[in-house]
Amino acid sequence: MDHASKAFYALLVLFFLGLSGWGLATAGPQGAIFALFAFLSIGGCLICIFEQSIVRSAFALMATFGGVAGLFLLLGASFLAMAQVLIYVGGILALILFGVMLSPPDLAERQLKRVIPMGALVGAAFAWIAFRVSSTMGSWAVLENLPEMQSHAREIGIGFLHPQGYLVAFELAAYLLTVALVAAVYVARRKKADLEALPTMVGGAGGAN
Amino acid sequence: MGLDAYLAVSVALFALGVICIVTRRNIIYVLMGIEMILNAANINFVAFNRFNGDGLEGRMFAIFVIILAAAEAAVALAIVLNVFHLFKSIKPSDIDLLRE
Amino acid sequence: MEFQPEHYRLLLAVLLIPLVAYVLQIFLGRHLPRRGDWLPTGGMFVVMCLTVYMFTTFISSEGGFFHESAAEGGPVFGWLYQSAEKLPGLNVVAGLLYDPLGAAMLAVVGIVSFFVHLFSVGYMSSDHRYHIFFANICLFTFAMLGLVLSDNLLFVFIFWELMGLMSYLLIGHFSQDPNSPRIKQAAAACKKAFMTTRVGDTCLLFGMAIFYYHFETFRFTEMWALAQEAVAANGGEYPAWMTLGGLFLFGGTVGKSAQFPLHIWLPDAMEGPTPVSAMIHAATMVAAGVFLLGRIFPLLSPEVLGVVVAIGSITALFAATIGCTVNDIKGVLAYSTISQLGFMVAAIGTGGLGLVAGLFHMVTHAFFKACLFLSAGSVIHGCHHEQDMRKMGGLRKKMPLTFLAMFICTLAIAGMPLFSGFYSKDRIIQSAIESTMTQFRGANAFAILALPLAAALTAFYMFRLIFMTFFGEPRDEHVHEHAHESPWPMTVSLLVLATFGLFVGKFWLIDGDFLGHHTWFTERVTAASMYPGIDLMKMNQIAVSEHTGHVAHSFAMGISLTVAAFGIFMAWWIYHKKRLNPERITSTLGEVYVTVENKYYIDEAVNGSVIKGSLFLARAQKWIDENIIDGFVLLNGRVHKALGFIGYWIDRTIVDGLVNATGAIAVAFGSVLRLFQTGRVQQYVSLAVAGGLLAAAFLILI
Repeated sequence: MDHASKAFYALLVLFFLGLSGWGLATAGPQGAIFALFAFLSIGGCLICIFEQSIVRSAFALMATFGGVAGLFLLLGASFLAMAQVLIYVGGILALILFGVMLSPPDLAERQLKRVIPMGALVGAAFAWIAFRVSSTMGSWAVLENLPEMQSHAREIGIGFLHPQGYLVAFELAAYLLTVALVAAVYVARRKKADLEALPTMVGGAGGAN
Repeated sequence: MGLDAYLAVSVALFALGVICIVTRRNIIYVLMGIEMILNAANINFVAFNRFNGDGLEGRMFAIFVIILAAAEAAVALAIVLNVFHLFKSIKPSDIDLLRE
Repeated sequence: MEFQPEHYRLLLAVLLIPLVAYVLQIFLGRHLPRRGDWLPTGGMFVVMCLTVYMFTTFISSEGGFFHESAAEGGPVFGWLYQSAEKLPGLNVVAGLLYDPLGAAMLAVVGIVSFFVHLFSVGYMSSDHRYHIFFANICLFTFAMLGLVLSDNLLFVFIFWELMGLMSYLLIGHFSQDPNSPRIKQAAAACKKAFMTTRVGDTCLLFGMAIFYYHFETFRFTEMWALAQEAVAANGGEYPAWMTLGGLFLFGGTVGKSAQFPLHIWLPDAMEGPTPVSAMIHAATMVAAGVFLLGRIFPLLSPEVLGVVVAIGSITALFAATIGCTVNDIKGVLAYSTISQLGFMVAAIGTGGLGLVAGLFHMVTHAFFKACLFLSAGSVIHGCHHEQDMRKMGGLRKKMPLTFLAMFICTLAIAGMPLFSGFYSKDRIIQSAIESTMTQFRGANAFAILALPLAAALTAFYMFRLIFMTFFGEPRDEHVHEHAHESPWPMTVSLLVLATFGLFVGKFWLIDGDFLGHHTWFTERVTAASMYPGIDLMKMNQIAVSEHTGHVAHSFAMGISLTVAAFGIFMAWWIYHKKRLNPERITSTLGEVYVTVENKYYIDEAVNGSVIKGSLFLARAQKWIDENIIDGFVLLNGRVHKALGFIGYWIDRTIVDGLVNATGAIAVAFGSVLRLFQTGRVQQYVSLAVAGGLLAAAFLILI
């Protein structure tokens, strides 16, 4: 690893430690777990941005998704966490990885000279906003307890199917999904020009399709 | 944990998502950045849902966001493939036919 | 015979026949057979018959006659307002006036005009504009007849002006003929005639204005009556304004009758054809001035009459001296005319008998001068348009009839007894003598000296003309060889007019009164018959006793016979017997002769002063007009142009500048805004995020 990566990862470890410590200090074990999941999310993003290799970035993104799923769990939305893992990691990430595979390799496309100033700027801006917003909002209630581990899938299911609930939205979402996927398949289909560009395989198949 | 913590995480995730989009020179990174932003929004929804009493709205919306994120990712990748075929490049700055 | 209303219609016919003939001739003349010369000539014949008939009918009526159509319900013409009543303002009701003077004048004009027309048939036969010539002299006659028949001063003036126009056209007849060798001289002459008589006409107009201002009327009868009242109101003296007006009225005569100093047009007017000279400068136009004096006589104060006598005498003597030096046959006759007009005018100025004598001389002069001019025309025609007497000679045998006519009339003009001129001229001198004997006046005394001298010179130069032209050896063989008598229209006219020239004064074959104690004119045309109801004795006349009259008569007869005989003898001695060489005389007189020969340099003086002055004024005005007035206009144009230029500059620089600036600003904005359109998604995203952050910051901070 080069020096920048070393420094980065070292900072990352420090960040994890600091975050855990803060979590522990404020809310005990609960806070520690929160800090863990938070670190997963944010750290994953940081690595994703920092890494030169796109595959590593993709896997870092998987960590992010996982961390977010954990945060959902902490917030008592177990079904949501499950859906998050299933769809994001299982679906979207896979898609991204396919996309990565189908695109040419890209060497030396990370430039720290650009990333750091830009990152610092944006980060500072968001941080300031967050700070101002939170200071004006007053304190919120801090829940002492972890949520119950009762699954809320039933509620969500009823919510989906209830006529006064989200039935219509559910149907529409289903349509949308169908259409989008069919469309994606269609848009990404193989065209004649692509076929001619393919090298002929040993054995004779391909080319004339 | 208080709501502030979750919101802080959400903000950080959002910012990083923006940074990822703006900074990297690969279209795939743009997609990844978009996913990060969406996740940040989801955290926001669910956190508010948890800390604002009973109700389903936050979580329902989060589910829809996930669904739509999936659809969007699929379509986006198909588009990316086509764009790559057309422009023979994965750099977003090369796809500037709309420039003035 | 009593004067019936039908006679007014005859007079109206006399007036209108020439007008109708003119209209027909001027429009149709070219297309008529013989180019229409029979139309005006026939019309003139009718006019002559009518006027002579009227004359013979009425001239013998006892006690004179005076007929006004306005007073007796005859035909009238309302001028300005078409009404027979006198309305307020300038309204002239013109009528016809027939009195012995008018009757005589009408007959004269009728006869002379007819014979001039007849003569022109022969003389102008080769002319290019034959038909127009006849139309012009016909209209001229109409004007003269109108003048004689008018009963008011305004219409006299109107016809006066018309005659001026016609004389311009007739004198300038050859100026319209491109083939004529004297086209320029003709044009200059007719212009000069018109301009000079114009001066007189303007004076006449001033006089008319002055009289109208006081009298409010133009009718002669009313003017005479009002003048009589004015004189009576002024204690028997003429008011000063009447003297002034009278002088101005006389100015008209000075112009029209070629008195000194406005005589300069008459010799140049010989550029016109000879029939024109005969008509205009013998019988009609120049007589119009004298006729006017006859009509306005009661209005003239004694002072004015003195001026009249003086100018008339000067003219008579002065023109006679020049006439002795002229070699052109028509020129001699021209100066002779001026001289005779001077006689007439001087005679009228002396008053009393002279008034009638001057008018009588006008009548006799008309006939013999017309005949002289026509004879000269016959000579010129016979010598193939040679006018210089020095080239003639011995034509007596070649042109006997012409010679006879001319000789008779020369005797008349010289004042030989038995011939008409004697009767009138003798009375003129008598009037001058008797008026001076009654009351001495400087002008009349001068007349007594000047007029007989002029008569002597008249006889001298006229006989000089006869001797040079018809007697002696021919001076130019070529001219003499081709000389021939003229065709019958010309010779008949000559002889008839010569007969009149012989007998019009007194037809002594009837009563044998050779010395002319009683003539028809002096019996019939008297002051009483001319101005009925006006007592001239109380106005501008003085009574002459019978005794004075007899003495003056004897004196006058003696003087006039002596001077006439002397003049004829000198001419015979020098030009026929050749005992005295004219050259020796002229060289002895030296400078004097040269001055006289050059017409006393009057033409040059007028040219130098008046003409050059007018031209200078005209040029000065032209300069002002071109430079100053046009300069203003140009300045206006230039100012506008400059303003336009400024407007253009403003438009270009400021207005277009504004428009262009607007465009430039839009372009500038566009080029700035263009930078945002990079087409790069990532930059779009960053911009969007930045915008969102700004909005959030805005919301937070506010």
